Amino acid sequence: MGTILTRYGDGTPVEMSADDIRRDLEEGTADAADRGNIPALDKAELDHLLDIFSSPHRFVGVEPGREVVLTYDGSPIKMLRAQVNVDRLQCLQIYEKLLGADTLEMGHMDYSFKPIKPIVTYEQPLLEQVLSVTTAPVFYGAMPNLGLYSQPDGPFPNPSELIPRGEIEAALESYEAAVEDAVNDIVYVSSAMYESGADAIILDTVGAAGDADFLAGLKATEILREKYPGICIELGMAGEFVLGMHGEMEWEGARLAGMYPHEQVKLAEKAGVTVFGPVCNTNTSESTPWNMARAITFMKACCEAATIPVHVNMGMGVGGMTVNDHPPLDVASRASKAMVEICRLDGL
Amino acid sequence: MGMAVTHAIASGMGGMRAAGDLVARMQISRGMKIDAAKAYVAEKLGVAVADLTDPVIMTEAREDLNLGLLHPHAGSPKCMEAKFNIAELLDIDINCVDKFKQRASIA
Repeated sequence: MGTILTRYGDGTPVEMSADDIRRDLEEGTADAADRGNIPALDKAELDHLLDIFSSPHRFVGVEPGREVVLTYDGSPIKMLRAQVNVDRLQCLQIYEKLLGADTLEMGHMDYSFKPIKPIVTYEQPLLEQVLSVTTAPVFYGAMPNLGLYSQPDGPFPNPSELIPRGEIEAALESYEAAVEDAVNDIVYVSSAMYESGADAIILDTVGAAGDADFLAGLKATEILREKYPGICIELGMAGEFVLGMHGEMEWEGARLAGMYPHEQVKLAEKAGVTVFGPVCNTNTSESTPWNMARAITFMKACCEAATIPVHVNMGMGVGGMTVNDHPPLDVASRASKAMVEICRLDGL
Repeated sequence: MGMAVTHAIASGMGGMRAAGDLVARMQISRGMKIDAAKAYVAEKLGVAVADLTDPVIMTEAREDLNLGLLHPHAGSPKCMEAKFNIAELLDIDINCVDKFKQRASIA
C-alpha cells in the first residue's frame, strides 16, 4: 500500500504510511485511556479505523441502518457568519428543507442565556412563528457562559484578577455567586421558550468556564425538570475534562473538577438531562487518526455508561473534527462514520 | 455549513426527506435510545426499520399518513397541521401542538 492522505488537527494535509497511521491510532487511544482511566480501543476497533482511513474514496458514510439523529448548536449563527442574509426563520427552513436536518435549533446571535434574558420577549414570538412554518422538532439553545458574570462584563469580582493577588476566598465566592445568577437566567429564558412551544432546550458549551459553569447547567436542569416534567433538555459540554477553576464545586456529593465524559453523563442523567452531548477536543498538532482514536475512546466509554441518548459533539475542533472553518470532507466524513460505527451512539 | 452537510450525508437520518424528524421526536419525548426509537417509529408507520432512511419509501409513507412532505402539494398537511398528525400517530405530546390547541381554544 502507498501513502494515505489524511490531515493534522488543523486541517493541513499530510501523507502517512499505514504503519504510521496504525501507530497514531494506538497512541491516541492510549492517551485517552490513560487520562480517563477507561479501556483503550481493542484490535478489531483499531483495524476498523485503519480501514476507514485507508479508504481511497474522497467521502465515506456509515453502513445502511447505522444512521443516527442529528442535533445542532448555533445553527443560524453559522449562516450569518457566512453572511447569508436570511432571518433565523428562513435559516431553519433551509436546514429543514435543503440540508437534511433531523432537528432544528434556533439560537440568538449572542448565544448566551444572560444577554438573551432582557430580550426574551422578542425571541418568543419569533420561535412561535418558526414553529408554525416548520415540521421538524425545534430546539432553543444558548450557553451558560459563566464568564459573562464577572467584571467588567458582569456584576461579580473577576476570579482571574483575584487569584493572582492571592484573594482565593474572594475568587471562590465570586464563582459561587455567579452560579446562582446563571441558574436564574437559564431557568428564566428556558421557561419562556418552553412556554412558547419549543420542543427542547439546549444548554450548550457547558463547563466552558470550568466546574462552576457545569454546576450551573446541572442546577438549572434540575429546576427545569421539576418545573416541566415533560421537557426535553439537551446538555452539551465544552470539553472532555471539567476544568477546576473553582476546584471544590460539588453537586449531589460529587466533585465536578476533573470529570471525564463517562462520569459527566451520570450526573447529567441524575439532574434530568434527556440527551447528553459529550466533547473531546481536537489537538491541532496531532494527526486526525490520533485525534479520532482518542475521541472515540472517550466517547465509547461515555456511551457505554449512559442510559440516556448520547449525541456526540462533532463540530469544528471537537470529536476528532479539524479546527478549520472549512472542514475537509475527506477527514470529516471519516470522522463521522468512525464515531457512529464504533461508539454505537444515538446521534451527533 | 460544511460540517452540517457532511454529517447529514455521512451519518444522518435524512430529516424530512425520510424519517429523521420522527425518530428524533421519540428521543425528545420519550428519551429513547436510537434503536428503540427507530423500531417504534417503523412500527407506527408500518415500514421496516431499514426503510426509515429511504427517501422514496418514506415520501410515500409520509404522504399516505399526512406527516408532512419536503415538497408539499396544494391541500396536503403542512407544518403545524402535519405535527398534529405526527403527535397522534406516534402517540406523543408535541409542545407546540398542545400550545396551539390552547391558544386556538380547541384543547
